[in-house]
Amino acid sequence: MYLAETSTAFAFLAPWLVFAPVLGLLINMIFGKRLSEAWVGTIASLASGATFVISVLLAYTVSMNHGEVIRWRLAEWIHIGNLSLDWTFRIDSLSTTMMLVVSGVGTLIHIYAIGYMHEDVRFKNDPGRFPRFFVFLNLFIAAMMILVSGDSYLMLFVGWEGVGLCSFLLIGFWYEMDTLARPSWANSDAAKKAFVVNRIGDFGFLIAGFLMFWYLGNSFQFDQVFEAAKEAPSGIIVAITLFMLVGVAGKSAQIPLYVWLPDAMAGPTPVSALIHAATMVTAGVYLITRSAELYMLVPQAQNIVALTGAITALFAATIAVGQYDIKRVLAYSTISQLGFMVAAVGMGAFVAGMFHLVTHAFFKALLFLSAGSVILGMERGHHHAEHAHGHHEDTQGKKKEERGHDAHHEEAGAEHGEVFDPGDMRNMGGLRETMPVTYWLYMIGTLALAGIVPFAGFWSKDEILLDASLHNQTVYWLLTIAAFFTAFYMGRQIWMVFFGQPRHEAAAHAEESKPIITIPLMVLAGLSVLGGALNLPFEGFHNLGHWLEHTLHEVESLPLNLMVAGISTVLALAAIYISWLVYGRNPLRAGQIDPLKKALGGFFTGAENKWFVDEIYQAIIVTPFTKISYFLADVIDWRFWHDWFHETVVAGTYNWVSNIGLNVYADQKGIDAIANGLGTWTQAFSAILRKVQNGFVRSYALSVLLGVVFILGYLILK
Amino acid sequence: MVPINYYIILSAILFTIGVLGVLIRRNALIIFMSIELMLNAANLAMVAFGSIFKTPEGEQVFSGQIFVFFVIAVAAAEVAVGLALIVEIFKSKRSIDVDQMNSMKG
Repeated sequence: MYLAETSTAFAFLAPWLVFAPVLGLLINMIFGKRLSEAWVGTIASLASGATFVISVLLAYTVSMNHGEVIRWRLAEWIHIGNLSLDWTFRIDSLSTTMMLVVSGVGTLIHIYAIGYMHEDVRFKNDPGRFPRFFVFLNLFIAAMMILVSGDSYLMLFVGWEGVGLCSFLLIGFWYEMDTLARPSWANSDAAKKAFVVNRIGDFGFLIAGFLMFWYLGNSFQFDQVFEAAKEAPSGIIVAITLFMLVGVAGKSAQIPLYVWLPDAMAGPTPVSALIHAATMVTAGVYLITRSAELYMLVPQAQNIVALTGAITALFAATIAVGQYDIKRVLAYSTISQLGFMVAAVGMGAFVAGMFHLVTHAFFKALLFLSAGSVILGMERGHHHAEHAHGHHEDTQGKKKEERGHDAHHEEAGAEHGEVFDPGDMRNMGGLRETMPVTYWLYMIGTLALAGIVPFAGFWSKDEILLDASLHNQTVYWLLTIAAFFTAFYMGRQIWMVFFGQPRHEAAAHAEESKPIITIPLMVLAGLSVLGGALNLPFEGFHNLGHWLEHTLHEVESLPLNLMVAGISTVLALAAIYISWLVYGRNPLRAGQIDPLKKALGGFFTGAENKWFVDEIYQAIIVTPFTKISYFLADVIDWRFWHDWFHETVVAGTYNWVSNIGLNVYADQKGIDAIANGLGTWTQAFSAILRKVQNGFVRSYALSVLLGVVFILGYLILK
Repeated sequence: MVPINYYIILSAILFTIGVLGVLIRRNALIIFMSIELMLNAANLAMVAFGSIFKTPEGEQVFSGQIFVFFVIAVAAAEVAVGLALIVEIFKSKRSIDVDQMNSMKG
């Protein structure tokens, strides 16, 4: 077999999945300050693009190899006793799928970010921060590649933590301000929240890892673990899989740990698209898919996973209905869609889950990036409006103009005393006219997300619903209702943002973005339209299914079920129609209360306030935790240990012993007395001896005589 | 021959006179003379013992007499130094009374 011999030809490139972005970030880290923005962006994009090329070559290698797993051992990592851990790259159909999504979408977002960050750093008055963003972005690509290419749970965990770190760094990219660029610690609080909540999930993952190591053959390597799991008692597997679910809930933002993701929107929009929509948050879905063989052993754990996903999908979708921030709607939508994926992989529909992961990466990245374009357009419009005002009001305002527009921007803002939120949909409206390209791109993303034929989202969501209808009716209905809400909130967004009349001067003056921003979006839009072709529910078109079959072994390829597809499509169209009735027919006017509020009352208030989950967490977890911490710090540590035990008991005893016992008795009356006594005694003695030295030479002579007489007498008489 | 005891008794008397001279008299010159008296008493004793000091074979040994020469030489040197000191002391104090030379009193 000629092909079999050459099939591992490109495997040697696997380490460069990690090294290429690391190289890129090193260059930008060292020379970034001196290079122009175009160079920094190009280097970072090339580094990311290189990983995409390598991913393509690796996928080609896998397909040439008929799906055989290729392991490329790079280095020994840990070697203790019998435990030997290597840094090995696992190249199979599942990992290459993830690599392609991460590097492909990642590269497009890198290119987009060149344009986006150029304006963002200027709106926020710190152009020097431009290279740092790309350093973080490349670091993220490297960490994500470690995650998806690892051949053991431990290597996966390294990447898992790495992407968590990058998420933290990028959410807190504008750490000294809030989302409206006012001085505040809101953004860094959001970053901390993401990190801490993820730590809770990581804790679960770690416990799962320990259990795995202890009970499943003292190994972290996937195949060895799966092999050992076949003989292990099911209780252990249930514990492992459920602890792993805690990790998944943290990273993939599932109930109850999803609360960090909406706040993560504090990061720049490319970050929201790359990390918090397309790639990092899907790591949990990837983890479950990777551990398919463990989950398949324990149906009861699978049920819990599926229900968690389905409930999250519905819960987050209802919250998205009541949000006003363009990115927050998408954030809750992401949580909801991740719920779909988790539900799918929970039911054992791994291909459907991965399929939705891929298409979701396309259309949610598209939506987020388009939302970024909208926000930039609003910023430009706001700037324009302010600028025009400045001209009108100050007739002698020439001095102000000369200072450059950033300073002017700030002053104008301060004068008006009003903070403009470019992401608030209540400020938008009518952007269809001013930002036509973005409008069409957003429309495509919306249709894909809402699940309208023939966009990518329809096929993947439909496959999940179909699997659910066969396996678990509860999950099926939860997801179907969630899909209804999905279509509704996306319809609401479209009507609020792009239709009607501008509700703010900024929206009226909004400007379309440059091609460097819109071209990556067009590519993503194309993928969102055509992505469904990866796995069409017709005989002979289950491409993704057959591809993943190599890794996942059992894959059922389901034919299209017109009943399921029909219900979901009808519901989606109905939802969009209702959203038109509410928001499209009578467009929102400036300052008007959301019409749904009257219609739905308590439900809308709940959704608007995120069902008070943050407040509930605050009340039942954060506040008691803070109180316990204060109690431990103030009472136990400070008052008890420090004040009482250390100061009173230990220090007091010590002082007493040293003062009374040692100082007074041992030192003053013992050692001091001896030393002083010696001195006094010597003085007294020498006072006597001094009298001998009377200076009379004859008395000395007499002493000599007496001495001689004494010695002689002794010598004679002895 | 005069018996050796006479010499020893004479030597003891001379030595005692020297000692008493040193202890009793206050004039530095007299003290010096008394010291010479003691030295010569010792010389007399040594010469006396030297005259009867023989090897087991009966040969005369002159070590006592030789030692006396050394003592006389050293005494001469000592007198030279001592007299010089006394002259200097007299120059500064106009007196050679040793009881007035008590500036070394402790």
